[in-house]
Amino acid sequence: MARVVVDVMLKPEILDPQGQAVQRALPRLGFAGIADVRQGKRFELELEGPVDEAALARIREAAETFLANTVIEDFTVRVEAEK
Amino acid sequence: MTARIGVVTFPGSLDDRDAQRAVRLAGAEPVALWHRDKDLHQVDAVVLPGGFSYGDYLRCGAISRFSPVMDTIIEQAKAGLPVLGICNGFQVLCESHLLPGALTRNDSLHFVCRDQKLRIENAQTAWTSSYEQGQEITVPLKNGEGRFVADERTLDALEAEGRVVARYLDVNPNGSYRDIAGISNAAGNVVGLMPHPEHAVEPLTGPGTEGLAFFTSILKQLVSA
Repeated sequence: MARVVVDVMLKPEILDPQGQAVQRALPRLGFAGIADVRQGKRFELELEGPVDEAALARIREAAETFLANTVIEDFTVRVEAEK
Repeated sequence: MTARIGVVTFPGSLDDRDAQRAVRLAGAEPVALWHRDKDLHQVDAVVLPGGFSYGDYLRCGAISRFSPVMDTIIEQAKAGLPVLGICNGFQVLCESHLLPGALTRNDSLHFVCRDQKLRIENAQTAWTSSYEQGQEITVPLKNGEGRFVADERTLDALEAEGRVVARYLDVNPNGSYRDIAGISNAAGNVVGLMPHPEHAVEPLTGPGTEGLAFFTSILKQLVSA
């Protein structure tokens, strides 16, 4: 089965307090040198049929209308290589 | 004939009963609406109540926005049906694009629950006409994702068009841009509000009764229409 991955991230100009909290916790745990953390979401979609242009167009539409809120988030769609 | 005001229940709604009670105390007839029923049962206005519809999965309001009842509400709101979204209801209205912007996690990362002072910035919407312009009120506020954000152009337009309906006073509880607690659409029939006026309608159970005027406002408008 083919897998398509949709990554959703808050837009750069939107404050990410969760990412900031993670970033502040890192030095305390001994992980130095990490200047910034942004937290996002990853969706793994398993397709029933082939990953053709039509299928990808539908997935982009789903990402645009449902998986991401494009007022505050950006998304990327990519096909995961078959194992 | 008294006005019929629908209150939608989604799976995970919390404040639907309180909203119905506020409608009743204002003198209107509350009508329970169910998320899977497209039919609005001839109501004259709709309240989308607070809570955690669909467990806030994906994003707050993102799944409720596609429920059958919302298809009808979105269509009728565009034609002028008065709609008030409170807290989670405000999030549903933003996800539906009936209102601009979005509600994101509080800057403090804490869930905030407090009696909140507000200023009514626009007393001309369908839901605020019983207030005085600039009136200061106190109603409960309780949210984890109540931080209103929008791009600068949208914020400037909201301000210029008088569409900031209420603003936080003294304390900004969640980091909302420009202390915004509530906004309206351009026509003024759709209002979204993060604090909870329906919890301030009786002295016994709230900090006062200063929330009741949201519900008497709509009644006044419907009766005079």
